[in-house]
Amino acid sequence: MLEQQLLNGVMLGSTYALIAIGYTLIFGVLHLVHLAHGEVFMVGAFAGLAAVKFTGGDIFTALVVGTAASALVGALVELLAIRPIRRRKGHMLAPMISTIGVGIVLQEVVARTFGAEQVGFPHRMEPVSWHVGSVTVTSLQLLILGVSIVLMVALHLFVTRTKLGMAMRATAEDAGIAHTLGIRSERIVLLTFVIASGLGGAAGVLVGLAFNAISPFMGIDMGIKGLVAMLLGGLGNIYGAMAGGLIIGLAEVLSVAYLASSYRDAFAFVIMIAVLLLRPRGIFGSTHYVEA
Amino acid sequence: MLDQYTQSVLIFMGINVILALSLYLPISAGLLSLGQGGFMSIGAYTSAYLTLNLAWPFALALAAGSLAAGIVGLLVGFPALRIKGVYLIILTMGFGEIVRVFFLNFEPTGAASGLGGIPGHTTLPLLSVIAVAVLTDFWQLRRSRIGRAIAAVREDELAAEITGISLTRVKVTVFAIGGALAGLGGGLYAHYASFIDPAQFGFQRSAEIFVMVLLGGMGNFFGATLGAFTVTLLPELLRFLQDWRMTFFGTLLVVMMIVRPWGIVGARR
Repeated sequence: MLEQQLLNGVMLGSTYALIAIGYTLIFGVLHLVHLAHGEVFMVGAFAGLAAVKFTGGDIFTALVVGTAASALVGALVELLAIRPIRRRKGHMLAPMISTIGVGIVLQEVVARTFGAEQVGFPHRMEPVSWHVGSVTVTSLQLLILGVSIVLMVALHLFVTRTKLGMAMRATAEDAGIAHTLGIRSERIVLLTFVIASGLGGAAGVLVGLAFNAISPFMGIDMGIKGLVAMLLGGLGNIYGAMAGGLIIGLAEVLSVAYLASSYRDAFAFVIMIAVLLLRPRGIFGSTHYVEA
Repeated sequence: MLDQYTQSVLIFMGINVILALSLYLPISAGLLSLGQGGFMSIGAYTSAYLTLNLAWPFALALAAGSLAAGIVGLLVGFPALRIKGVYLIILTMGFGEIVRVFFLNFEPTGAASGLGGIPGHTTLPLLSVIAVAVLTDFWQLRRSRIGRAIAAVREDELAAEITGISLTRVKVTVFAIGGALAGLGGGLYAHYASFIDPAQFGFQRSAEIFVMVLLGGMGNFFGATLGAFTVTLLPELLRFLQDWRMTFFGTLLVVMMIVRPWGIVGARR
């Protein structure tokens, strides 16, 4: 049974990891907790749903449309709700309040367009399952895991091998110096929002497929768990966010299997508080942001 | 006399003032919290359980609820000593969620189906007295020894410590009193709404309280009070927009942060 639980945990955790990476990328360049990131994720899920309905269940189109829609929304959030505030050098918390406003708007707009109720996520995929020892793997699980891994590897290659990716890391390290060295930091910030939001959108479609249920208000819970995953890994650390997501996913699934299932949503936070008390910088984090 | 509608708006305004001040206090010492909804629900559930099931007098139940939230605030205040900024925001968000999940599963207070039939003890005159008392306290606090200590901790922790201020005492105290105030607000809310369930005290509630303080301006407690008025009144004034009023409210938040990032009456820093 344990192997099966571990597999389920890794699958769930990989979607949390995608959300957490988005938070951590944005935090890295702007030191901003993007409180509407959960809603951007939710928009991806609903865009995917629209695509699935339009094409009659094609998962690939849904993933592409969900990712693109979230990336677009993310870019708009940066351009309309965050950049103007940074220009005016407001209080450091002003952009955060602004993202709370954006979150309300996104929830309401989606709730008016698709209805406020929870809806299913129909798809047209052969329900194949394989048995490896005591473990049952479905084609859907494999797809979710596969897409998450591909996206994370792609991100890894992007930030380590491409010029743009390196510029992004340089901006995260020190925006002022990066700017002096000729990196157009405004463009990099926009690019970061596009990538972070796109990953969130893909996660939205994957979560829709995994649970076959999405709602305009699902962004709150998933958003908070993504934040916890980011914090566990250490702020601004992409690989930490991946690990943090997996830890949260595994903790949740194992707590349902072996402890009290109704408290599943609280376990992630209990782990977080324990980590914060013992090691405030997160598991892989540096002390860089703790002192700030 | 005032009609029912005006009365309910005024009551929510009073409760929101108390909630906004409950967050203003830790914020004035530089401690950010996005988990005031958690303290509020502890106060609401404790006092409602006491009046409903044990037939305690309202005043006593209200005090007990506030005390319970204050004690939990004390416990949350200790981790706050070691962490700051974003870490503290996420920690308090996690705290709020833990409290929500706890009440979602806690059978004696109705778990997910909530607690109903709470007697409507919260009246406008009573609430006005409490709100004015709390506001007076904040007015007195400004120039007091403790008030200055809080301001010193906010401006520069190291310098404050050197002048002999105990960081631990100030930080834990403001968190505990903030929690107790939120618990008081929760108790008053429960005895007006007559029905409470865990969903009412989730992240959205905490975010709303956070918005009140920042929208008003963090510089002084007038800001928090004004923010509470705004957040209560605005959705009411926007009723003509019907289904789109919350969308408009969200947009307004964004615009407000672009135009006046320091809040309505806050000081520019």
